[in-house]
Amino acid sequence: MIIDHPLLGPRDSSEFVYLGDASLIDRPDWQAENAAEAFYDYAYLRDNPAGEHRELWFHESGDRSWLVVTRNTMTHEISKVELARDVARAQGRSK
Amino acid sequence: MRYSGFKVIKEALTGHKGWKPAWRDPEPKAQYDVVVIGGGGHGLATAHYLAKVYGQRNVAVIEKGWIGGGNVGRNTTIIRSNYLLDGNEPFYEFSLKLWEGLEQDLNYNAMVSQRGIINLIHSDAQRDAFTRRGNAMILNGADAELLDAEQVRKEYPYLNFNDARFPIKGGLMQRRGGTVRHDAVAWGYARSADSHGVDIIQNCEVTGFRIEDGKCLGVETSKGFIGAGKVGCAVAGNSGRVMGMADIRLPIESHVLQAFVSEGLKPVLPGVITFGAGHFYVSQSDKGGLVFGGDIDGYNTYAQRGNLPVVEDVCEGGMALMPMIGRARLLRMWGGIMDMSMDGSPIIDRTPVEGLYFNGGWCYGGFKATPASGYCFAHLLARNEPHPTATAYRLDRFRTGRMIDEKGAGNQPNLH
Repeated sequence: MIIDHPLLGPRDSSEFVYLGDASLIDRPDWQAENAAEAFYDYAYLRDNPAGEHRELWFHESGDRSWLVVTRNTMTHEISKVELARDVARAQGRSK
Repeated sequence: MRYSGFKVIKEALTGHKGWKPAWRDPEPKAQYDVVVIGGGGHGLATAHYLAKVYGQRNVAVIEKGWIGGGNVGRNTTIIRSNYLLDGNEPFYEFSLKLWEGLEQDLNYNAMVSQRGIINLIHSDAQRDAFTRRGNAMILNGADAELLDAEQVRKEYPYLNFNDARFPIKGGLMQRRGGTVRHDAVAWGYARSADSHGVDIIQNCEVTGFRIEDGKCLGVETSKGFIGAGKVGCAVAGNSGRVMGMADIRLPIESHVLQAFVSEGLKPVLPGVITFGAGHFYVSQSDKGGLVFGGDIDGYNTYAQRGNLPVVEDVCEGGMALMPMIGRARLLRMWGGIMDMSMDGSPIIDRTPVEGLYFNGGWCYGGFKATPASGYCFAHLLARNEPHPTATAYRLDRFRTGRMIDEKGAGNQPNLH
């Protein structure tokens, strides 16, 4: 698979490390009432869809940026690559 | 029809006109006591033990394609019970014991071959870890033998013993481990289940569950609604998709594992070897091909094919372990979809939906577990309580903190 890095252009997927579902960006609030339940869900349960999947890849052998890759789990076709920090900021995380 | 040597001779003398199909091809009934989703090794084994051991005769196995077309036909055929943890080892040893009696139980030649499996040791720390594991195996009634380098050399003289980086210091041998003809496992269980009255319904895809007031009443399929007192789901690889229809999210990701076969060679590899420094395992099939594999690709996928970086990685492992493998040509490679669970161990349990039971999360160790998985799932379906060897495989163990993590890798499915 070739991942079209937003800053570096097309890179081989073997330069990357795979983490998992992009929802891992949304770490629950540890002070919330339901924190135990929310962290159980966050740490262990997955949608695991057959089809379009947004997922986190880390460019370990490259510029060490985190990417959100939208990829089809039936065909391995990659339709979108974003910087994870842009995705997180768009969701109101960090500054 | 019982198979026997006498029958083979009789048929040979009468033109092989007396052989019958090994199982029927029935239309589904409107209602069953138990419906098992998934006509793979685990689903068919479940049906066999439900009928034969637990006396449940009104049972159907529903398969969307043909039986044995999934991972039971795609694995590297290895059986073993060399686990460390208490939640695992009694279960896998139970499985190995069932393998030992399988062919008599099924009246079917599954070519169970206890040719021995050896996990190679490359460092002092690894020797300590494997010694501990061997002791855990022996405590649970399995067999284990610690070999030094000379003993390994006697059986496998061509391995790369004096490699500068990964010298071979010995190995943990389980002589009762070995290989089994994988397709014959599916066919043997199917034939036996069918002969006990189980309906095996192929080309019948489950499209949904009928759930009312939190109770599962049956399954919607491409051949219409099939009512069921209990529904068991044994579709590892596709667990996320099928259980998703019941709105159940699982502690599982689907990943692809690739496997490889070389061209046919003369007998060179008597048993099964696993490389302890990388991730590589190899045996030789009775046809002569070297059957080997390594790591999963490491990303979510339902496509039954992998990518080239892992092919390279696996072949590097092979070259590091037994350099002569480089002279063999690769004949075939393929991929299968694994339920990678959050702790590397399986799940055999009830679900929050009454009457719906789940068997999955086998990671890439499901084949060796086939008999015990079927036995324990049948026990759960028939008695509504776990089999004594499978009490740790709870669906809610991630909520309660009772993980069974052999590697201690944490909740990262692609590291198990």
